[in-house]
Amino acid sequence: MPAWLDDLLWTYQNVVYALGINGLLALSMYVVLAVGQLSLGQAAFMGLGAYSSALMTLKLKLPFFAVLPLSCVVPVLFALAIGAPTLRLSGIYLAIATIGLGEVLRAVYLNVGLFGGALGLSGIPNRAETWMIYGLLGLAVLVLFLVGRSGVGRAMEAMREDETAAEVMGVNVRRYKLGALVASAVLAGIAGCLNAHVSSFIGPNEYGFEPAVTILSYVLLGGIGSPVGPVVGAWVLTLLPELLRGLADLRGVVSGLIIVVAVLFLPNGLLPWRMRRRGA
Amino acid sequence: MFAQQIVNGVLLGATYALFALGFTLMFGVLRVVNLVYGFYFSAGAFMALGLTRGFGLPIWLALPLAAVGSGLVAVVIDALLLTRLRRVNAPELASLMVTLGAVLALYSAMTVALGPDIRRFPPQVLSGQAVELAGIRITDAQILILAVTAVLVGGLVALMRLSRLGLAIRAMAERPDAAGLMGIDTGRAAALVSFLSGSLAGAGGVLIGLNFNAIQPYMGEAMMLRGFVVIIVGGMGDIGGAVIAGLLLGVVEVLTAGYVASDLKEAVAFAILVIVLWTRPQGLFGRAQVRRA
Repeated sequence: MPAWLDDLLWTYQNVVYALGINGLLALSMYVVLAVGQLSLGQAAFMGLGAYSSALMTLKLKLPFFAVLPLSCVVPVLFALAIGAPTLRLSGIYLAIATIGLGEVLRAVYLNVGLFGGALGLSGIPNRAETWMIYGLLGLAVLVLFLVGRSGVGRAMEAMREDETAAEVMGVNVRRYKLGALVASAVLAGIAGCLNAHVSSFIGPNEYGFEPAVTILSYVLLGGIGSPVGPVVGAWVLTLLPELLRGLADLRGVVSGLIIVVAVLFLPNGLLPWRMRRRGA
Repeated sequence: MFAQQIVNGVLLGATYALFALGFTLMFGVLRVVNLVYGFYFSAGAFMALGLTRGFGLPIWLALPLAAVGSGLVAVVIDALLLTRLRRVNAPELASLMVTLGAVLALYSAMTVALGPDIRRFPPQVLSGQAVELAGIRITDAQILILAVTAVLVGGLVALMRLSRLGLAIRAMAERPDAAGLMGIDTGRAAALVSFLSGSLAGAGGVLIGLNFNAIQPYMGEAMMLRGFVVIIVGGMGDIGGAVIAGLLLGVVEVLTAGYVASDLKEAVAFAILVIVLWTRPQGLFGRAQVRRA
């Protein structure tokens, strides 16, 4: 195979991985926004999944079929520790605590020897396959779609529109919020595990503030009417810098402006779709 | 040794208090967690850097100019992003998301324009001399931080408690609509609060940039964790609480670094944040109103 073709396939392969993984991350953000909360912990949960799964593979030599499900454990524990105190309070506390989580984890990865410091962890075997990533993404979309059509989805939408009214109608608001945060941690943790096992290297700066906000921009671009929107948003924003190379440096500016524009002018997202429900 | 640690802790804490002051003021009056706040901090540091490096101004002139400059940036950003949302009484998450997107765009634009490298103030700005008092070393940057923090806190409290303007701002913090009915120009008061907190952030950026002598676009983001801890522990919107919480956090961090492990500073700060949210979400001093779900 000529070198340029090899090169092209290699680049292309990484984009294929990134599209699937970012789709999962977008869903992880969607789940929380769907109950009217804002968590900026998706990148942090992803980092926890990536680091914990990489350590399980490298240090404990566990097989991948065990590592993949176990990679949710640490993110879920953190989600519970943060969600339980903050979700009784107004939404700003969850947002604050999850932004703080991202910052503190970056410092911990940088300083603690186990996590490899600024060099990160390298030499992670490439055990995740394309079909696993897209299989899990498809499964996640399907499950979220079915949940969205069920009574649970109706309760979630009611909470998003008017929390007090939903509570009065008998929706256990706190349980739904915590459940959504845990589901979000599961999705992000798995995305992190897949990310670590396709890129062979993970570092502390991959899970910081910028990725956290970028994930939010995926969802706001796609809209939260259905689980398909966020995935499309993630794909558009992942492909955009690949197609327009000059844009790579301005990626943060674009993601940030998408959020500003979406909130100020397009409350339903740039690509609005609404799910149809039986009996609705 | 222990006395030196405590002094270092208080001095570090003064920078945290200074950083959090404008943040908590903005939340207390405008009821918005403005995440662009960290950008005002970086902007202040870069303005002072430009003024001292480019124009050779002394720091006592560059500091107030940078503070005013970042205050004006804050007024513009507030007018562009938040005034509109305030007018339609948008939910708080909308304003959070807008400021979040805006701050990422601003940091990235700043990094593209100025480069990600760490920059330093020219050496003649501060001599770096240290005074020894009863065996305790204090550098001139630390003295400047302490003095400026004291002046700004005093000035802010005096403004809020003694002037008619402060009365108007406090009225607005209490009930914005009622304040409007009483003839207070709430738009102007909001702009003023933005200006004040933007300048506090800018001044904080200059001083902390001097203290650590490292200035780069994302420096404000790194401070946000401390800012969050301080405003939650001190009570959201509580100025006195922010000062005490800032000092406490500084002392705790220095003692952790000195006696436990320096790697755990941030983790301890975050643990404090989570514990306070579990046990006393109204802040340690209990004066802030908890906003329950």
